[in-house]
Amino acid sequence: MSAYVRPDNLEEALEFLSEQPRILLSGGTDFFPARVGKPIKENVLDITGITSLRSIEMTSEYIKIGALTTWSDIVQSKLPPAFNGLKKAAITIGGIQTQNAATICGNICNASPAADSVPNLMALDARVKLQSLNESRILNLEDFLIGNRKTLRKPNELVSEILIPHPKESSYGNFEKLGARAYLVISIVMVGAVVELDKKQTVLNLKIAVGSCSPVAKRLKLLEKEAVGQKIKTIRIEPKHIDSLKPIDDIRATANYRAKIIPELLKRVIKGVVKL
Amino acid sequence: MSIIENTSISFVLNNIPQRLSVNPLSRFSDILRDHLGLTGTKVGCDAGDCGACTIQINGEQRYACLTATGQLEGCDVRTVEGLSTNGSISSLQKAFLEEGAAQCGICTPGMLMAAQSLLDKNPNPKKQQILDALGGVLCRCTGYTKIVQAVIKAGKGLSNKQIDNSISSVGTRMEKVDGIKKIKGKEIFGADVSPKNSLWLKAIRSPHFRAKFSHDDPDIILQRFPGIKKILTEKDITGNNGFGIYPDIKDQPVLAKGHVRYRGEAVVALVGEKETVESLNDEDLGLKWEPLEAIRGWDAALSGKFEPVQSEIPDNILAEGYLKKNDVKKGFEESFKTAEGHWITSAVEHGYIEPEAGYAEKVGQRLNIFVCTQTPYMDQAEIAQVLGINANQIRIIPSAVGGGFGGKLDLSLQPLIALAAWILDRPVRCIYSRPESLASTTKRHPVRAFAKAGCNSEGKLTAFEYHGDFNTGAYASWGPTVADRVPIHCTGPYFVPNVLSKTRALLTNESPSGAFRGFGTPQAAIAHEALMDILAEKMGMDPLDFRINNAIRKGDKTNTGQLLEYSVGQVECLESLKNSWIEWRKKSLLYNTKNRTLKQGVGCGCVWYGCGNTAMSNPSTMRVGINHNGKITLYNGAVDIGQGANTIMIQICAESLGLPATQFEFVMSDTDLTADAGKTSASRQTFVSGKAAQLAGENLRAQIIHLAEASENAFLRIEENKLIVKDDSGEHSLILSDILPKSNGDVLIGEGTFDPPTTPLDENRQGDPYATYGFGAQIALVEVDTLLGTTKVIKIAAAHDVGKAINPTQVEGQIQGGIAQGLGLALMEEYIQEYSENFHDYLMPTVGDMPDIDIILIEDHEPLGPYGAKGIGEHALIPTAPAIIGAIKDATGISIHHVPATPDRVLKALHDSKLYNV
Ligand SMILES: Cc1cc2nc3c(=O)[nH]c(=O)nc-3n(C[C@@H](O)[C@@H](O)[C@H](O)COP(=O)(O)OP(=O)(O)OC[C@H]3O[C@@H](n4cnc5c(N)ncnc54)[C@H](O)[C@@H]3O)c2cc1C
Ligand code: FES
Ligand code: FES
Repeated sequence: MSAYVRPDNLEEALEFLSEQPRILLSGGTDFFPARVGKPIKENVLDITGITSLRSIEMTSEYIKIGALTTWSDIVQSKLPPAFNGLKKAAITIGGIQTQNAATICGNICNASPAADSVPNLMALDARVKLQSLNESRILNLEDFLIGNRKTLRKPNELVSEILIPHPKESSYGNFEKLGARAYLVISIVMVGAVVELDKKQTVLNLKIAVGSCSPVAKRLKLLEKEAVGQKIKTIRIEPKHIDSLKPIDDIRATANYRAKIIPELLKRVIKGVVKL
Repeated sequence: MSIIENTSISFVLNNIPQRLSVNPLSRFSDILRDHLGLTGTKVGCDAGDCGACTIQINGEQRYACLTATGQLEGCDVRTVEGLSTNGSISSLQKAFLEEGAAQCGICTPGMLMAAQSLLDKNPNPKKQQILDALGGVLCRCTGYTKIVQAVIKAGKGLSNKQIDNSISSVGTRMEKVDGIKKIKGKEIFGADVSPKNSLWLKAIRSPHFRAKFSHDDPDIILQRFPGIKKILTEKDITGNNGFGIYPDIKDQPVLAKGHVRYRGEAVVALVGEKETVESLNDEDLGLKWEPLEAIRGWDAALSGKFEPVQSEIPDNILAEGYLKKNDVKKGFEESFKTAEGHWITSAVEHGYIEPEAGYAEKVGQRLNIFVCTQTPYMDQAEIAQVLGINANQIRIIPSAVGGGFGGKLDLSLQPLIALAAWILDRPVRCIYSRPESLASTTKRHPVRAFAKAGCNSEGKLTAFEYHGDFNTGAYASWGPTVADRVPIHCTGPYFVPNVLSKTRALLTNESPSGAFRGFGTPQAAIAHEALMDILAEKMGMDPLDFRINNAIRKGDKTNTGQLLEYSVGQVECLESLKNSWIEWRKKSLLYNTKNRTLKQGVGCGCVWYGCGNTAMSNPSTMRVGINHNGKITLYNGAVDIGQGANTIMIQICAESLGLPATQFEFVMSDTDLTADAGKTSASRQTFVSGKAAQLAGENLRAQIIHLAEASENAFLRIEENKLIVKDDSGEHSLILSDILPKSNGDVLIGEGTFDPPTTPLDENRQGDPYATYGFGAQIALVEVDTLLGTTKVIKIAAAHDVGKAINPTQVEGQIQGGIAQGLGLALMEEYIQEYSENFHDYLMPTVGDMPDIDIILIEDHEPLGPYGAKGIGEHALIPTAPAIIGAIKDATGISIHHVPATPDRVLKALHDSKLYNV
């Protein structure tokens, strides 16, 4: 017989995880759609009872987003302008029903190439905190995600927090997503960015990542480097900036199409920052 | 046998504390429906893609299907059943009723809960906030317009007035007679009931496009799984293991015999306890597949290189359509300008939010079948031949139908549940999952077409030629009908002296293509309207003027040589759009001079479409009765699939009978109680069954007048058991309880039958195939982002000649809903075999994709129709896609020849055109 447990504190949850592998259940918005028309027979650890994980906290080092923070929580929280991209992404996730249930932590852990949180969190330089009964470790998000539906999480671990270093003042986030309809739409391509600007709109720092064009969203390091010192309005996107991306054909669009629109979306994300 | 131990869970549901002991990992939607009996919350996908299951948890809108019941511990939950307080409906529900925001009603509970969550926080929301709030609920019927209006109205508190039901007959905006049930979540759809001891049925389906298969002996499997009561295989079929809508083509097996021809074809059906049935897999059944080379697409079908799909049809050509009027060759020779092109359209899914569902129960030597269907009478005959019993042994009781659009014309689960219930003598129920519904049921035909048109130096059309190959999939379904209807309509609503049209329905190893709103004409319309635009351009004429110049008029002969004498409102439709056309064109030109990369444009699409079956008898009979208590019942054999037949049939009958529509009750299409009113298809119900309802009312009225010896124009009224007939000579009372009942307890019964007059067509398909045609035109204003290839439809104006709008609210609802489906066809809907088997990947328009819609109703009286009315159901969809595709061309200069015009197709066309630097 399979089991379902729903502890109300982290300690207990980690104990359950140390006993045997269990599927973690949070908002369920990836969990249930993957099990349509099939009986659910797995061992499930439902973490939604651990209310302490639903929080956004400022510490001296990080802005900590607890594992149960939903997309709606992100929309409704007061966060620095560097989070504008993440907020913009939040209102494009499914419908409000999804945003009210789905956690951004689940979005990361599900590790879909089309996960809208990921480019934004990469641009925010996010880390994840993994906890097991006897250990806790912090990994860069970029290292944590290793492939389509693959992460470095060990079976006895859960992600308890997303940690974001305090963005520099005058850092602004932005996000662009292209899909084929207005709501309930999965990204064909999406771009998240955080730009730090001086008063004259010169780029002091740029972090920018593209999703849905590789198994894991990718930072564009060359572009980030070359942008520094340029006026934001004059940044040009060149083919070399995006040649690390390997878009593929799927039912949402052709690889060719993706390749064509990436530069345009990059441009819009970067230029859009100042308009926000 | 529960897989996970039950847990005790406490929460508040609609203000009442609950304590349940259930599997905590169950989807809460299942617990609501199966455990608590609250079936107001609907399930359309179980995957967060449709929103039908939207409820409120702690005041926030959530999907019940994605909520583990264990997560509700301590929560405050509200469902649609909790919206009404003390039996009186909320102002939001009232607004839905008044605005006609519910058509089939399957999305309504979810819509209401999503809207309520917004209104709770923000009683006077802005339009954008409403769109955001409703963005997670799909509606396939309404095009969302009336839903948004209803929320605005409720927000403004405008709907607190008493609902006035007294104005009610023809031409009024009577509220739906079944509306109150729909907005309260009390409507009973296919999945909402079944007898207590029902067994569960699930079909096992092919994962391959074409394959041979074998499985273990059912008896051995049964021994291993005591929860299974029966494994149905083709051997169990007591009659003919074949079905299909034509008397002579029953080519689709109920259960395949060793060989499957498309992905999704049923091979065996498990019947037993739900848990066990759901948990068995291919391995448990010893299912072995031997995949075979499949025929995919038109070229493969015609190549002659593969084993034919059906061995009896070696060339894979299932049916051919043909039409010849005069001499196209000569017509083209005499043309001043010609235009031609190739067009491809994709498979499209009906996308009704209610998956197929129902149950069958044996009663003595008869079967009752409760199911969502568009065609109860045909189901009856079909199931009878599969079981090898008489049709009168089968009673079809249609559930409320959560959308159909042609997709519920074919059999789906009916023969399986019937067979199982018949053999096991136990009630048997089945509910398709969304992936099963998508994989196994019919689609709109993908078409590959060539079309050519010519005009003379005055811009008058001279000749038109159309060749279309229709991918009809593995089985006939409605393929031959589509191949036949398209040639007749292939030119659009224009007078063309010379026409040649040839179509073929080709068998492939893909989903059977069937009937879908328009039977192939929406695909053909994309070609004829593009040709009109090209010819207008070549002639230097305004495209709207070119269409007016060529529009078919009274006194003209159609492609089949039929003389049109009455009710031909095409010119009026086009003229009524002229002001908007000129204004939108001007504005978009100006816009384009100011914008380098965003481009706006305006396009036009036209439609004509015959109401009813093609060149054959398709009668409807209606009955109306009054019982000894004065209860009036309309026995309405015309299934309401959301379009509103239940309401307008009553409006029509009430008008002709002379009693208030609000006093009517009705029975919908119960084959034991109602007379055959044919299929809900081909835009025939208002015209054909509506006329029968009018005649039934007149017939009853004549009997009453006769009995009361009153004069023709007497007023009738009912007072308890008295029918009072008042004329100039005074009041005559008929004591109803003194009259002997005839049937169903009715003491007076009126009946009417109407069969629209048509003639058979000759070898060139010349003759009078339809008794009347509906006409229409739409214009669309779009904006194309030329750097991304995305298209946004900003506005649509739609003018339709409906003869007479029996209920303007419902006509508008049909038009708005048709536009939504047309928009989907134009821009996003493409069913890709194997990959589109969920609503995550099969994209249909959401509330945010809809343009503003202006509607102009033209009423060119149709003398044969009820009070002048004719059909609108399919007409509404047909011009939309051509108008949008034309608008993209007007905006950018590029012609789209492959729909849907997805961003990647548009961007590629922009690129190939070299007009843009992309
Ligand atoms: C209609 C709909 C539309 C959607 N649209 C979008 C979209 O536009 N963009 C997008 O990016 N996503 C979209 N999604 C998916 C999105 O909702 C999810 O990715 C969501 O964010 C996952 O969170 P959850 O809490 O629901 O996770 P769950 O479904 O509960 O879990 C997701 C996965 O993460 C694991 N997991 C969850 N929490 C943890 C944890 N703390 N530690 C370790 N593992 C964990 C689970 O085991 C599971 O494998 C959509 C979903 C739906 C239903
Ligand atoms: S049934 Fe829940 S979203 Fe479709
Ligand atoms: S009324 Fe919305 S789906 Fe039918």
